[in-house]
Amino acid sequence: MKQANLFMAFLRVGLLGYGGGPASIPLIQKEVVDKYEWMTDEEFSDMLAIGNTLPGPIATKLAGYIGYRVSGISGMLNALLASVIPTVILMIILLTSLASFREYDWVQGMTRGVLPVVAVMLGVLTWNFFKKSHTDLGWLKASLLVIASVLLIQLVGMHPAIVIAALILFVLLKPARKAGEEE
Amino acid sequence: MIYWEIFLAFFIPGIVGYGGGPATIPLIEYEVVHRYDWMTIEEFGEVLALGNALPGPIATKMAGFIAFEQAGILGAIVALFATIAPSLILMLILLSVLLKFKDSPKVKLLSSVVRPTIAVLLGAMTFRFMETSYLDSGWLQTGFMLVVSYVLLEKIKVHPAYVILSALIYGALFLH
Repeated sequence: MKQANLFMAFLRVGLLGYGGGPASIPLIQKEVVDKYEWMTDEEFSDMLAIGNTLPGPIATKLAGYIGYRVSGISGMLNALLASVIPTVILMIILLTSLASFREYDWVQGMTRGVLPVVAVMLGVLTWNFFKKSHTDLGWLKASLLVIASVLLIQLVGMHPAIVIAALILFVLLKPARKAGEEE
Repeated sequence: MIYWEIFLAFFIPGIVGYGGGPATIPLIEYEVVHRYDWMTIEEFGEVLALGNALPGPIATKMAGFIAFEQAGILGAIVALFATIAPSLILMLILLSVLLKFKDSPKVKLLSSVVRPTIAVLLGAMTFRFMETSYLDSGWLQTGFMLVVSYVLLEKIKVHPAYVILSALIYGALFLH
């Protein structure tokens, strides 16, 4: 029963959550806190805070952790499968059937039609990341980090993962006292 | 070794992408378009658009499909594992430690410090999509579609799935 509930809860989240993982957080909270009462509100926000301190997709971190808490490793796998697999299969079916029509002009037109829409979505996402950077770090630091990233990644051609890893190391190795002063 | 490449291509974005799935998109693009040449930017755009039109987490949809195209079901499983497992395992192992540090300024600073770099990557990707669209369909069509989709998505707040569907139909009718 627990497994069936876990599966249904994360299946619903996966199928109703538009806008990627972060957009589905409220849906997860509704299932986990309000409907099945697997966690309190406070536990949920603690878990979310911890999930946000780690890199990687948030939806699968939450699903995996909640599934694990509810019923161990099998619960974890169950919740992950329910939130990930249905939409991955949909993607594969849709895109492979589209690819079999690849040589037709109108299919190439479809690819072209979608490019500007993707550009707008990414542009908005970019702007949100810039805005959040400025509120968190202030104009000066945020701009310095932006300029340094442009130089290293776009001009020098450094792998973005190396730049990000260096930033993470810098924060972790910096003397703690200094980090406190900056807050 | 294709499975090892697939593992790395999705492990790296998963482990450095702060800010959830959407933050990992430009990192995935770097690996699959620039590093391994598995797809062109147009194909990546198509995958991203359909991924946005469908519900569910974006990073896993992209990983599953891209790896399936390269190396079948096993490839998709490897990519999903590489996307999901590292951060989830860290979370399960470090939970008690992290609970203590979740309010520490240092830990909060982590995502803030990484965010401007992700913003630059996203911005560069936005630019590449506009450039490709200009090369494929010209300034007039690109400009027109940029404005219309911005108004629909951000001003009128039409659901992205409908905007993408309309763009597919518009493209099929007018852009070839």
